[in-house]
Amino acid sequence: MTSWSAVVGSQCLSLHQGHLPTCLCVFQRMPAPIRLRELIRTIRTARTQAEEREMIQKECAAIRSSFREEDNTYRCRNVAKLLYMHMLGYPAHFGQLECLKLIASQKFTDKRIGYLGAMLLLDERQDVHLLMTNCIKNDLNHSTQYVQGLALCTLGCMGSSEMCRDLAGEVEKLLKTSNSYLRKKAALCAVHVIRKVPELMEMFLPATKNLLSEKNHGVLHTSVVLLTEMCERSPDMLSHFRKLVPQLVRILKNLIMSGYSPEHDVSGISDPFLQVRILRLLRILGRSDDDSSEAMNDILAQVATNTETSKNVGNAILYETVLTIMDIKSESGLRVLAINILGRFLLNNDKNIRYVALTSLLKTVQTDHNAVQRHRSTIVDCLKDLDVSIKRRAMELSFALVNGNNIRGMMKELLYFLDSCDPEFKADCASGVFLAAEKYAPSKRWHIDTIMRVLTTAGSYVRDDSVPNLIQLITNSVEMHAYTVQRLYKALLDDISQQPLVQVSSWCIGEYGDLLVSGQCEEEEPIQVTEDEVLDVLEGLLLSNLSTPVTRGYSLTAIMKLSTRFSSVNRIKKVVSVYGSSIDVELQQRAVEYNALFKKYDHMRPALLERMPIMEKTASNGPTEIVQTNGETEPSVPDTKHPPLVTQPANQANDLLDLLGGNDVVPVIQTTLPTKPASAGGELLDLLGDLSLSGGPAPAPVPSVPVSQPPFLLDGLSSQPLFTDIAAVIPPMTAYNKNGLKIEFTFERANPNPNIAVITIHATNTTEADMTEFVFQAAVPKTFQLQLLSPSSNIVPALNQGSITQIIRVLNPQKQQLRMRVKLTYTHKGLPVQDLAEVNNFPPQSWQ
Amino acid sequence: MQFMLLFSRQGKLRLQKWYVPQADKEKKKITRELVQTVLARKPKMCSFLEWRDLKVVYKRYASLYFCCAIEDQDNELITLEIIHRYVELLDKYFGSVCELDIIFNFEKAYFILDEFLLGGEAQETSKKNVLKAIEQADLLQEVCWFLISAGGPPSPLASSRTRLNPEVY
Repeated sequence: MTSWSAVVGSQCLSLHQGHLPTCLCVFQRMPAPIRLRELIRTIRTARTQAEEREMIQKECAAIRSSFREEDNTYRCRNVAKLLYMHMLGYPAHFGQLECLKLIASQKFTDKRIGYLGAMLLLDERQDVHLLMTNCIKNDLNHSTQYVQGLALCTLGCMGSSEMCRDLAGEVEKLLKTSNSYLRKKAALCAVHVIRKVPELMEMFLPATKNLLSEKNHGVLHTSVVLLTEMCERSPDMLSHFRKLVPQLVRILKNLIMSGYSPEHDVSGISDPFLQVRILRLLRILGRSDDDSSEAMNDILAQVATNTETSKNVGNAILYETVLTIMDIKSESGLRVLAINILGRFLLNNDKNIRYVALTSLLKTVQTDHNAVQRHRSTIVDCLKDLDVSIKRRAMELSFALVNGNNIRGMMKELLYFLDSCDPEFKADCASGVFLAAEKYAPSKRWHIDTIMRVLTTAGSYVRDDSVPNLIQLITNSVEMHAYTVQRLYKALLDDISQQPLVQVSSWCIGEYGDLLVSGQCEEEEPIQVTEDEVLDVLEGLLLSNLSTPVTRGYSLTAIMKLSTRFSSVNRIKKVVSVYGSSIDVELQQRAVEYNALFKKYDHMRPALLERMPIMEKTASNGPTEIVQTNGETEPSVPDTKHPPLVTQPANQANDLLDLLGGNDVVPVIQTTLPTKPASAGGELLDLLGDLSLSGGPAPAPVPSVPVSQPPFLLDGLSSQPLFTDIAAVIPPMTAYNKNGLKIEFTFERANPNPNIAVITIHATNTTEADMTEFVFQAAVPKTFQLQLLSPSSNIVPALNQGSITQIIRVLNPQKQQLRMRVKLTYTHKGLPVQDLAEVNNFPPQSWQ
Repeated sequence: MQFMLLFSRQGKLRLQKWYVPQADKEKKKITRELVQTVLARKPKMCSFLEWRDLKVVYKRYASLYFCCAIEDQDNELITLEIIHRYVELLDKYFGSVCELDIIFNFEKAYFILDEFLLGGEAQETSKKNVLKAIEQADLLQEVCWFLISAGGPPSPLASSRTRLNPEVY
């Protein structure tokens, strides 16, 4: 560029032809609008929002009339003021067209403000923006590079797809210019065009030919960005550009090896921005390609070892290097180097670096588990960091690193973390602890202790599904029952506010109360407690304001169960009868049924309330969509945690099957109580079989008779059936039919709660061999809740000689379309079979 | 980069650059939420936070917060360098820049930003080249102004500040 005055001056003159006379006229017409800085100064003196608003309104009115005058001289000034007011939050849409006029002006000042206004006020939603297209096209071909620059910048920042389509050709032309000032802008503009209109990518390909041979860093940087964009979008482009790897490696090498270059130096590193972008492009090119990965091995090692780490800029490059090493097919030595860099990052004083390290380690912990393990202690230390994001990542990473060897140590740290962390972490941490404990618990006692610790310290934050999981775990640790119930009892004495803890404790006390009072504990000093004290505690739960309805249900049932374990039956009878008139429907129902159990079915009571058998575990208990599976089902008659509802006429043997169908329907689904496993189905049949054959007093085993309601089905009459006969209304459907296994769904609606659909599955087998060990599992989308009750058996007899029935209850509060994924496993002719299927053909009536 | 926001400790917006189209209402909502979130951060916390599905990188220089929203695959640490480079450019241009400079010369702050970044990516990695381009463009503007105003070219003794910021509009 020669002396500025000559060049710029001449350009200015050309921009100003014919302009001068107008200015003189304007001055005579009206006072000039106030200057921008003057306005800013004035507005800033406003002491209240109202005062500011008034000033702004006044000025806007003045600007509006000035716009109406079509005043060329001050348009620029007015738009500039408008932009200031827009930034303060005031509407400025009436200036949009004025911006366009400014852009069309020949004055550079006008164009500068005009394009700025366009970028701030216009967006592709308004048709107005298309009027810019022609101006931009002209300016892209302007004789002044700064005008061309404005056009490229605006197009590359907010150009719509239509504009990009129209102007792509111009951009492509500029991408081939030798003027580096324009070439670099054209490259980024091309990136924007490609993002908006991906089909246009091809047309930029020829222009990319010698982009990387440029010396100018601006062009190099933007070219690498353009190449990255193209490679990310198109596998063809990716393979085409792989040949650039050697060249990229060379450029990077020069940057590292070259001496001090004042123009691009940042704290002793030469052009870190370019280095980082090259590393990123190398990552994409080397990703699934052995040759490319090998070609960049050396340079990556070099960057990793030679980069200065004292400042953020060096660490930025190292960070990008690590990401690249981990993503390409690098040799193991290089990978270890990368992880060690991350390890060093963890010790850095700069919390940003620690954050970035944890994020990266989280990404690599699956693939390079052992290498990450070496840094476990540093990671655990990060749990104590003050920054929330760092803590969260450290927690996630810690859980990922837990294994059989380090479980004791890690758990100590994690439990300590659980004690002191913010509430937002507690739920996730508790779940993580449970999962880890389940997988790696060194002993049952340790497992129970860990659970106790979580329940007592973060008991209100554990997920709802933890309760049934824990109960199941406890039942299965037979030798620990006494110890567990003792510890839980003691915990209850301290604190009854944490519902999950209270629920688990009540359940255990109900189940193992006899062990508690008999002082049988081996693991620790047995406590002395009387039956009355235990009942006091449980009754206290019923009365306490802190207990939720669900918890109250647990307590009442626990009290009932103790009637077969304790001797103070009268007290229990009294409690139960009191709650028979509770306003809480759930409690009332239970109480009434238990009452009936005392009165009419007392001979059945011991069997019904006996100790629970060990439950099978069928599914993992992580936060999945499967709320319940076969192992954890609604109680059927023998376990009266949920009083079954029977609305059947009496005295008929075939009522047995109906009974089975009806029994499990209960209005409330929230309590997810585990009960007998699949085999219980058989016992149930036997129990009831005896009943009806002996012609006993009442054929229906356990009726639910709300005292205040009309007489119930015992008499063979029902004035209030518990579920409406919708079965006839919702058509059945075939959910699955493959390899001889057919599963049909039939529907009922649980009357009290129209959001619940009750589906009975019938599985039949047309092949000549039985399907044994049949397990049906189902999962539903997150807005639903699912409960699977015990199946009638786990053998589907051959040749349609019988079927398995099982009940599914689906809660659909949002009335969304029901979809289900089912998993079937069974053994057929000695071979295990597994299948997954989607069930989407539910009739609308089943979920509307 | 999806957008950059500059705001004061009182939450007043000083600059907003959006590289992804958004409705005006949405821009206001995002700005309000993000400003609130960043201002609530304690000094000991790191410069990165997850916000919606983006990563936010922020740094405070005196009374101004510089806040960038980047995508998942972008490098947070180099974004800090980008922010720092922009501040250096402003500093060189205005001579020890302070918030008032950016308030009274907001359009210049935008012009400088637009010579440094384009479409959310750096277009020039040399400080010198960015400043040179701005200077040239400013001169273009200045000469235009000289031609209209009666005042003529400014006195050579005028300070760099007034020379660079003639009251063109």
